[in-house]
Amino acid sequence: MKLLSGLLGKHVSMAWSGTSFAFSLHSSTTTAEVCGQEFKRATLCNAINEALRQALESDSRTLCFGEDVGFGGVFRCTDGLQDRFGRDRVFNTPLSEQGIVGFGVGVAARGFKAVAEIQFADYIFPAFDQLVNEAAKMRFRSGGLFEAGGLTVRAPCGAVGHGGHYHSQSPEAFFTHCPGLKVVMPSSPRDAKGLLLAAIQDPNPVVFFEPKMMYRTVVEDVPSEPFTEPLGTAAVRREGGDVTLVGWGPTVPLLMQAAAQVAKQDGIEAEVVDLRTLLPWDADCVEASVSKTGRLVVSHEAPVTSGFGAEVVARVTRRCFFRLEAPPLRVCGQDTPFPLVCEPLYLPTVKKLIGAIRETCRV
Amino acid sequence: MRFLSSLSRLRLVLRTEQLSSVGNAHFGLEHRCFRAGYAEAEVAEEDTADFPGARVPTTSKLEFIGGAGKPPEPIQCYRLVRRNGEPIPGAEVPHPLSKELSTKMYETMVKLQVMDLIFYEAQRQGRFSFYMTSNGEEATVVGSAAALTDQDQIFAQYREQGALLWRGFTLQQMADQCFGNELDPGKGRQMPIHYGSQSLAFHTISSSLGTQLPHAVGTAYAMKLEGSDSLAATYFGDGAASEGDFHAALNFAATLEAPVLFICRNNGWAISTPVEEQYRGDGIAGRGPSYGVATVRVDGGDALAVYNAVRASRALAMERRQPVLIECLSYRSGHHSTSDDSSKYRASDEISSWKARDPVARFQSWMAHQGWWDEESEQQLRLAARREVLAALDAAESVPKPPLTEMFTDVYDSMPWNLCEQQEEVLEYVRQHPEELPAGMPFPDAAKC
Repeated sequence: MKLLSGLLGKHVSMAWSGTSFAFSLHSSTTTAEVCGQEFKRATLCNAINEALRQALESDSRTLCFGEDVGFGGVFRCTDGLQDRFGRDRVFNTPLSEQGIVGFGVGVAARGFKAVAEIQFADYIFPAFDQLVNEAAKMRFRSGGLFEAGGLTVRAPCGAVGHGGHYHSQSPEAFFTHCPGLKVVMPSSPRDAKGLLLAAIQDPNPVVFFEPKMMYRTVVEDVPSEPFTEPLGTAAVRREGGDVTLVGWGPTVPLLMQAAAQVAKQDGIEAEVVDLRTLLPWDADCVEASVSKTGRLVVSHEAPVTSGFGAEVVARVTRRCFFRLEAPPLRVCGQDTPFPLVCEPLYLPTVKKLIGAIRETCRV
Repeated sequence: MRFLSSLSRLRLVLRTEQLSSVGNAHFGLEHRCFRAGYAEAEVAEEDTADFPGARVPTTSKLEFIGGAGKPPEPIQCYRLVRRNGEPIPGAEVPHPLSKELSTKMYETMVKLQVMDLIFYEAQRQGRFSFYMTSNGEEATVVGSAAALTDQDQIFAQYREQGALLWRGFTLQQMADQCFGNELDPGKGRQMPIHYGSQSLAFHTISSSLGTQLPHAVGTAYAMKLEGSDSLAATYFGDGAASEGDFHAALNFAATLEAPVLFICRNNGWAISTPVEEQYRGDGIAGRGPSYGVATVRVDGGDALAVYNAVRASRALAMERRQPVLIECLSYRSGHHSTSDDSSKYRASDEISSWKARDPVARFQSWMAHQGWWDEESEQQLRLAARREVLAALDAAESVPKPPLTEMFTDVYDSMPWNLCEQQEEVLEYVRQHPEELPAGMPFPDAAKC
């Protein structure tokens, strides 16, 4: 899988231009074969849809539900699933997030796989109690008698250009503070499929954030057959010896862009690490990279204070203190509610990242 | 509010309109036939508000319903046995109790009462950290539990230990949980009275109020898909019914047609908050019909009535694969918990007058009325229960606490690296400072991580 992932990396290149993605795909066919495996070109949305379809296909005790899931979802991630699997297994719920997650916990407690959708990550907070006090603690508090490991909560997250306060948030750090949950955020169609299938199979409750900006802006060859990417394992997207760039979800393409530009303009070789899973996160991978480069820049869309970047910086500082050549830097959202017209100044951008990379490499 | 989703909805609407304009040529006839039903009732159209949200008669009078000015008729309370234990003549008793079943119910209620009394005292003596009694609600809990089958999944709040006793959880298991010793299946992680049993289909209690209600709905829905002949039953108090999870659960159960019994213990108090400060409608039962949920209100001090109401509710829920709400009216005659002194917020004569209306004594009188119980059986039962409770407490107290490593297991199915690291740190700390190890805990072996 790792090898394939490397091969696939070469199929895709993405360019960040202002507020929208442009991408070019080097593969010209709709299906391709690499190492005897079938691939299909897919957007992140297609990949999610296919993962859900295959999860529903492989186990009749898998259910998909949430607000407007029945007709295909407001982002079309559940398109065609109700027709195929019936209203008992793919269905709308009343508009209540605490109800959706609470119901999902009960479904999972019966040994079913519950794939619940929260329409926007911004609206996951009414379900915070059910996730943090119930789903996360059920196995621990019952001594293993009961658990909600079959629960996966999908939620579109991140900036979308014009989402304002309540269609833009990245709430991952609220959940990485909660033992018992796993927190995942993919940055590509291939990972979206492999990680979502892994999340559904994982015997622990998983919060699965989908960067909605990437739903239709990234296309990649994705294996047609069901496959899983391991949770808790980061992926090195670009190798380099001068500075380590760590991100997840929508900041990964920004890091790739910034790395390409500083390589060209400054001769700085950046290593890009995509964390993919934030809880439990792959500290070994980041430690290995920073031990080599001696420099660290972490980037996420969420506000900087107490964001998950703080955890990465603190842990890596402890593990790599004597190998660090410069203070680790964070390029993140500002400590404000997510703004509408000032979105470009709020978010991390390639320019901001290049500035941070140059700053850390100057020290 | 959710503008992106509204945009998508708008697109859907547009698409549907385009489709229907194309489809009209083909389906115009059927379309007219469908509409004909309305056309026939031209006059009725004026009298009907035909909206997707509600198809209802119209009125030209501006009238408000409900509120303090014009409250609806209150839902009646189903009762079969008078306070003195006399059966009410001519009462509807679809499920009469046999001598055997009523004896088992009575024995369970007495066991619960004796356990509550002695466990409460044991907590006051500092033998363990916390306790909550069921005083005044014994008939509600045992009567309802007796009406369920053993496979029905119970999701309780915390004042339902009687249901566990009914199912065969032993006093020893109760004591082990309260002491958090190594025999506690919960591994000493939760506060006392947070019981659970997989084999008795009793989902482990958590302190957060109301959270179990949507769980019961999810489990009931899954059981329906399995074609199970069992359902889920969930208990909660009148206070917990104010939580958002109550609203979510009743609405989900109704719309998703989940066979779940919502059993409310309305005991008049949520800690110090009386029901007048909890709600202004017709109790909890008053809310059921507005969710489209079949509802019944019952005298929670009348074990026979509770048993009958729950048996009938269960049959209805299984037959229709739909939820039923049961409100049991009672009085919390004990303190809220061992951390509460209820004389601070309610009159002592109120408490004593309700204590005199002990539902266990009421059931005993009813049984005596049937010629099924006498004073000698009573003395033997109470004495045996007392001995059993005291022995359970002594035994539980002498059992060691679970090993320190259980602090880190079961957070996940397997331990991630950060927990392994922290486990090793804590073990090292305890090796250096053995005096920090909690009392009764064995000195830890090497970590298994």
